[in-house]
Amino acid sequence: MKRLFIYLKEYRRECVLGPLFKLFEAALELFVPMIMASIIDRGIPSGDRGYLARMCLILILLGAVGLLASVTAQYFAARAATGFAARLRRVLYIHIQGFSYGEMDRMGTATMITRMTSDINQVQSGVNLTLRLLLRSPFVVLGAFVMALLLDVQAGMIFAVVIPLLALVVFLIMRFCVPLYRRVQEHLDRVLGITRENLTGIRVLRAFRRESNEIQEFDSENRDLTTMQLRVGRVSALLNPLTYVIVNLGLVVLLYTGALRVDAGILTQGVLVALVNYLSQILVELIKFANMIVAVNKAVASGKRIASVLEVPSGLSSGQKHAADGPAVKFDRVSLTYKNSGEPAIRDISFQAEAGQTIGIIGGTGAGKTSLIRLIPRFYDATEGCVSVFGTDVKEYDLQELRSLVGIVPQKAVLFQGTIRENLLWGREDASEEDLWEALRIAQAEVFVQEKEDGLDALVEQGGKNFSGGQRQRLTIARALVRRPRILILDDSASALDFATDAALRSALRKMPDSPVIFLISQRTSSLLHADLILVMEDGVVVGQGTHEELLKTCEVYREIYESQFRKEGAK
Amino acid sequence: MSWFVLKQVFSYLKKYWFLLLFSFLFAAITVALTLYVPVLTGQAVDAVIGPGQVNFSALQAVLFRIVVCVGGTALGQWLMNVINNRIAYRVVQDVRDKAFRHLQVLPLKYVDSYSYGETVSRIITDVDQFAEGLLLGFSQLFTGVATILGTLGFMLSIHLGITAVVVLVTPVSFLVASFIARRTYSMFQLQSETRGEQTAFVEEYVGNQQVVQAFSRERKALEQFDEINRRLEKCSLNATFFSSLTNPCTRFVNSLVYTGVGLVGAFAVIRGAISVGQLSCLLSYANQYTKPFNEISGVVTELQNAFACAARVFDLIEQPAQSPDPDPAMSLNADGSVKIEHVCFSYVPDKKLIEDFNLSVRPGQRVAIVGPTGCGKTTLINLLMRFYDVNSGEIFVGGTEIRMATRSALRASYGMVLQDTWLKNGTVRENLSMGKPDATDEEIRAAARASYADSFIRRLPQGYDTVLSEDGGSLSQGQKQLLCIARVMLCLPPMLILDEATSSIDTRTEIKIQQAFAKMMEGRTSFIVAHRLSTIREADVILVMKDGKIIEKGNHETLLAAGGFYAGLYNSQFAT
Repeated sequence: MKRLFIYLKEYRRECVLGPLFKLFEAALELFVPMIMASIIDRGIPSGDRGYLARMCLILILLGAVGLLASVTAQYFAARAATGFAARLRRVLYIHIQGFSYGEMDRMGTATMITRMTSDINQVQSGVNLTLRLLLRSPFVVLGAFVMALLLDVQAGMIFAVVIPLLALVVFLIMRFCVPLYRRVQEHLDRVLGITRENLTGIRVLRAFRRESNEIQEFDSENRDLTTMQLRVGRVSALLNPLTYVIVNLGLVVLLYTGALRVDAGILTQGVLVALVNYLSQILVELIKFANMIVAVNKAVASGKRIASVLEVPSGLSSGQKHAADGPAVKFDRVSLTYKNSGEPAIRDISFQAEAGQTIGIIGGTGAGKTSLIRLIPRFYDATEGCVSVFGTDVKEYDLQELRSLVGIVPQKAVLFQGTIRENLLWGREDASEEDLWEALRIAQAEVFVQEKEDGLDALVEQGGKNFSGGQRQRLTIARALVRRPRILILDDSASALDFATDAALRSALRKMPDSPVIFLISQRTSSLLHADLILVMEDGVVVGQGTHEELLKTCEVYREIYESQFRKEGAK
Repeated sequence: MSWFVLKQVFSYLKKYWFLLLFSFLFAAITVALTLYVPVLTGQAVDAVIGPGQVNFSALQAVLFRIVVCVGGTALGQWLMNVINNRIAYRVVQDVRDKAFRHLQVLPLKYVDSYSYGETVSRIITDVDQFAEGLLLGFSQLFTGVATILGTLGFMLSIHLGITAVVVLVTPVSFLVASFIARRTYSMFQLQSETRGEQTAFVEEYVGNQQVVQAFSRERKALEQFDEINRRLEKCSLNATFFSSLTNPCTRFVNSLVYTGVGLVGAFAVIRGAISVGQLSCLLSYANQYTKPFNEISGVVTELQNAFACAARVFDLIEQPAQSPDPDPAMSLNADGSVKIEHVCFSYVPDKKLIEDFNLSVRPGQRVAIVGPTGCGKTTLINLLMRFYDVNSGEIFVGGTEIRMATRSALRASYGMVLQDTWLKNGTVRENLSMGKPDATDEEIRAAARASYADSFIRRLPQGYDTVLSEDGGSLSQGQKQLLCIARVMLCLPPMLILDEATSSIDTRTEIKIQQAFAKMMEGRTSFIVAHRLSTIREADVILVMKDGKIIEKGNHETLLAAGGFYAGLYNSQFAT
């Protein structure tokens, strides 16, 4: 939690001034019963109308000054709360952005989004309320107590019993409810998860006619959420009645004791009325305070969840070294084991790729092809061995520089909301119009972009939904090409392309000027025929490496793949 | 605040009229007892006039009555709170259920045209805000009103003039509050919209973090995020600050009322019209009378916010659902024949996509759809599965026009493997049995074996009971694809739609799958969006598509001989 308060520091001024103005206002409020007492004890018996008018003027003045103080306090509180929330959102976003693949996998996107949105909203209203009420309420309670003592010590002692009793009740109820609020939030997360899932998987769910099952599942989660909310509600609903009982029993005792004191001539009637007023002020403030604590507790629970995300160290720290001399990519006895999984995804892999070469990677599902190439731009750190790029260990690279060297086209073709141009410029900010078209040409995307009414400025919807899978793939290839990478990685990126386009793409890539090192993951040997080096992978291990001809002779797995395809497709 | 939203809220409340009745009843009891306590306190004060002038027997009777009232109040209040919780959370549960239910029948056109983040935020965040507003509304709105009326009655019974002071000044408080509320409604709405925008952004960028990182776009993305964040901060500050003005402003009005009562009351005591005890009672009424105005105004701002949120959920719920299934629906005898006649379709009216499309498929035929990407192949699936309805023309399955049968019957007759592999958050077993929930373990494993998924599933930490996280989590694309295939393998409907299903699977596995598919496709009509020559060559009908039209139709040999577009495509593959 402390972690979060750092971000409140910038609003130190607001955080001090806000409560201060609130306290000032509260202090003014404490004078009111005293003035009423003088009206009853002095003004009424003497019938002095001028005195009464003067007293009432003071009351109005107190109200007016209180109004100004309060508005000022609200402004500072709102500023601090919204500013704090904005900063927190920013920090959290930056932090999440720094998460590596592994951490994202573990925590899940839906959770991240709840943290960013509803949790921070809770914290915002919590801070706002705290600044306004946290000091004010105890101040009024204590102030009323002190005033009561000043008026009459014995009557004040009743306050000394009532106040701790009230505090105890509030404390006990809170202690019961707070953990439950956390459970409520967990249930809410689950309901959110199902909703999200039903949007992303809507086609499959409808194809399998799962609508009613999904409704059932949702209903049951939703019901659990409600049950949980009700359970918390039953206990937290005790707060107001219990405090009300305590204060009013105090009132009864006060009236009786007061009666004895008045009878003995120690107290006046006016003072008794003032004491009664102070007691009811305490009740009002405590109820406010309790409600505030409920809200603050929700905020604290949300805050803890946010803090727990911030506490996850964001995986990779950047080094400082730059590209040196050496082979473009070198793997030296590299293994990678993902967190929470016993088996290594790839094991003991060594190879070397020189500038200008094309490296093909072929192998079965789950053979570790994608894991292997993810180590090059350092999406994961190798658990053993060393990956170096242009002579420098990737762990020592300036991360920005390393990634700027690499153009990667992932399996899943993702585009972002905006225009085609904006998406392509991801590759390189300062790319010229010509560069963009050149990249589109090589990626075989020139024609369909040209056919768009707005050309490069055609809109891309979220996730690129308004493009077909193949178009998306070609645009993501173009995006990678725009950055003129020295290492280009195509992770089975042509899978949605028809065979003609795929072939044209490969031929265009080969003809590129200052051609980069190309890593080509493919399922088809025909795509890899011209590769300078082919890695054949099986179960996380390289079972053969060499050129097509060499592998045909030496690697049985490769031969098997080739022949099966040759028989199927290449019979000519 | 629109009447529409209000009416909707009431329609949800109707179901709980019984609870509402009790809530009102307990509220009334609580309020009456609470208001009686100051009267009793006043009587107690009047029993304590000065030294030697204390009437102890009267005092004791009054104090006893106070104790009874307090006990009754506390019980009533608790019951009321519990009931209010119940109403508010149940209503919210109903709203969420309904929204989710509606989501299941919304046309894909709607779902496709909003970002997921926005729709999620409507069903989750907005409904949550609505819950809080509603709860506050319940616990304070009615008691507030009852307190105001009750106080008025009690005060009138004591002194007319003082009551007049209270009644004349307090409406100012209400005016101030409603003035502020009106002004802040649009601020809350803006805040809610901006929040939605930010959620959508985070969803997109955090959801695709890999790409963001690969292109070192963190800084640029942050700039975009900051821009939205700054706007959100600003409109949030406005909404928070201006709505929080209500409280101090109404409190100031209250202090005016209090002073007025004090002044007029003191004069009345001097004249002997009322006692000091009655004055103290009136003063505490003056406090209590204005307090509900405070609360009501607080509630009103909160309700503004809640209703702004509710409006967004109701907007979703009120979206027209997909056209209902015909009643009575014709039964669909899916014998595998599909006939498409004069079908025209486009997503947007002014961009024609599929025009006058005709196709006749006999049972058991294999239809390969080939063509350059973006030629309308995916659209064809949308139409076959009725994710979208045709603009004109007709599609027959087993001789029945598909719009004459239920969607469920239609979709049950297809097995679909889409290009985007999607898995549900749940165990592997649950995912596989999606199309056949009552499948036995043996059937599930058989299907997994047939699709070569069994061996890797068994290697997963908990085998078939391994819980797959969102979007398949740690599984490779190929493994996910295998699971999607196994999912269809288990229920084996009479027709298949395969959308480049095997594209991400390595060749060795693919060959085995193709063999399994071949077995599966035997006697089944299948539509295959494919680019593998082997698949295409074995097809009975090849549709060559371009720009949404079938430009060539035939089998491999005839098309090759024709020397058209297909022949060009085919030859280009072997030119490299």
